[in-house]
Amino acid sequence: MRDSAAREVTVRVNGRPVSVPAGASVAVAVLLAGRTCRTSVTGEARAPLCGMGTCFECRVTINGEAQRRSCQTLCQPDMEISAHE
Amino acid sequence: MSDTRQFAFGVVVIGGGPAGIAAAIAAAESGARVALLDDNPRPGGQIWRGGPGAVHRADAGSWFERLERSAVTKIYGARVFSAGDGFVEAESDEAVLRVNYRSLVLATGARERFLPFPGWTLPNVMGAGGLQALVKSGLPIEGKRVIVAGTGPLLLAVGAYMKEHGAKVLCICEQTTWTKFMGFGLRMTLLPGKIREALQLKVQIRGIPYRTNCWPVSATGSDRLESVRISDGGEIREIECDYLACGFHLVPNLELPRLIGCRVEGDFVQVDEMQRTSVANVYCAGEPTGIGGLDLSLAEGRIAGHAAAGNEDAARKLGPRRASYRKVVPLMAEAFRLRSELKRLARADTLVCRCEDVPFERMKNFDSWRAAKLQTRCGMGPCQGRVCGPATEFLFGWRVDSARPPVFAVKCSSLAEMAVGAGESRQ
Repeated sequence: MRDSAAREVTVRVNGRPVSVPAGASVAVAVLLAGRTCRTSVTGEARAPLCGMGTCFECRVTINGEAQRRSCQTLCQPDMEISAHE
Repeated sequence: MSDTRQFAFGVVVIGGGPAGIAAAIAAAESGARVALLDDNPRPGGQIWRGGPGAVHRADAGSWFERLERSAVTKIYGARVFSAGDGFVEAESDEAVLRVNYRSLVLATGARERFLPFPGWTLPNVMGAGGLQALVKSGLPIEGKRVIVAGTGPLLLAVGAYMKEHGAKVLCICEQTTWTKFMGFGLRMTLLPGKIREALQLKVQIRGIPYRTNCWPVSATGSDRLESVRISDGGEIREIECDYLACGFHLVPNLELPRLIGCRVEGDFVQVDEMQRTSVANVYCAGEPTGIGGLDLSLAEGRIAGHAAAGNEDAARKLGPRRASYRKVVPLMAEAFRLRSELKRLARADTLVCRCEDVPFERMKNFDSWRAAKLQTRCGMGPCQGRVCGPATEFLFGWRVDSARPPVFAVKCSSLAEMAVGAGESRQ
């Protein structure tokens, strides 16, 4: 019990709780929630492309801070993530 | 508002992949006070992404251990966005770091080259290394149908990795020819340790169709990827899948070397036998000096680290090792050269610049990167042309070679702290 709790982290994506493995990136939490990341300048839904912090397609709002690269940010307990609706 | 924190080290290494790790350890062994800075939350760069906890080639573990045991100051989650005389500036979540150095080692690595084709902006169309990075970051891939496509040895590694993690790898589509691919494979096996690696890989990818002369033509899906059309030996086939992992080999990350003024010739930073660049006290190691893979990066990193710490004797001893792995660079470039058919994948309305949503038809009639940027905003978004720049180099033959601070999109508060005014570096 204790172990599995330590190995998982729960965050909220667009208000819905999602459990991810400890050490998972925010991008993973967004994809596991069935969401995509940012909305493009012409309104398209975008999701991670490069996975390494260079393409900026994975930007989301984390704890109220916009434009964060979700692939370069690790999930912390109770993070509030807001992604493309 | 961020605050600025000041640090000073003898040797500062930028980039925590294999080259940077090797450089930092070598510099510390040679007696320098060393700092290692990396944008990622953990060391390892791309090839060893996920840090010590993840599974890598056997020797990765000992490098991580040596790094851990060393006296190197590790600063992760810090994006270097600016540089001046004897210092670099980085942004972390909490602060702007101004890190002063006597010697600097640039180990900025490489990224994948992406090429536009209809549907490439759909969610779940990713880089080959891109999908691998996501899986290493915790994305479950078991039971998912994956097509790996593009070009380069990375495709094989990614296919093997996905299979090992339970994905159904439907196909590896390699755009180069069978003759070129086999020629490359045979010549690689002449290098130390490579026969074993090749045989291991062969076992790992057993059962996955490996197609040469094969590339993606388009991707379709309503709100995310549903199927991919591939050109396979001249025939078009449509395959349903969950992920397309597609990258066209690697391009070096030259933004920071260029900002600092290091001479770049062809596509790479010019270095001498000590990994010295054209700028005094600035060294460069790994992919930015030529795409040559892990063993070359480790050798160059060690040389750069020792030399940056003033221990040129130790650096010189590694010369033969570097020379043997250096042979990979031209072999790789030739084997995975992009075929011209790939220039015709994008249709008029296919986006080329994904940050600013600029389609192919708006870009194709310009004669330079600069002109296209000014008129269409391509390359002006947050990625600063890191994605569309290498694509347009191939599609239109443009040279993408400007770099000015900040070389990374940063918070306004970090810009306010930037010591080097953007005006200073404008020509």
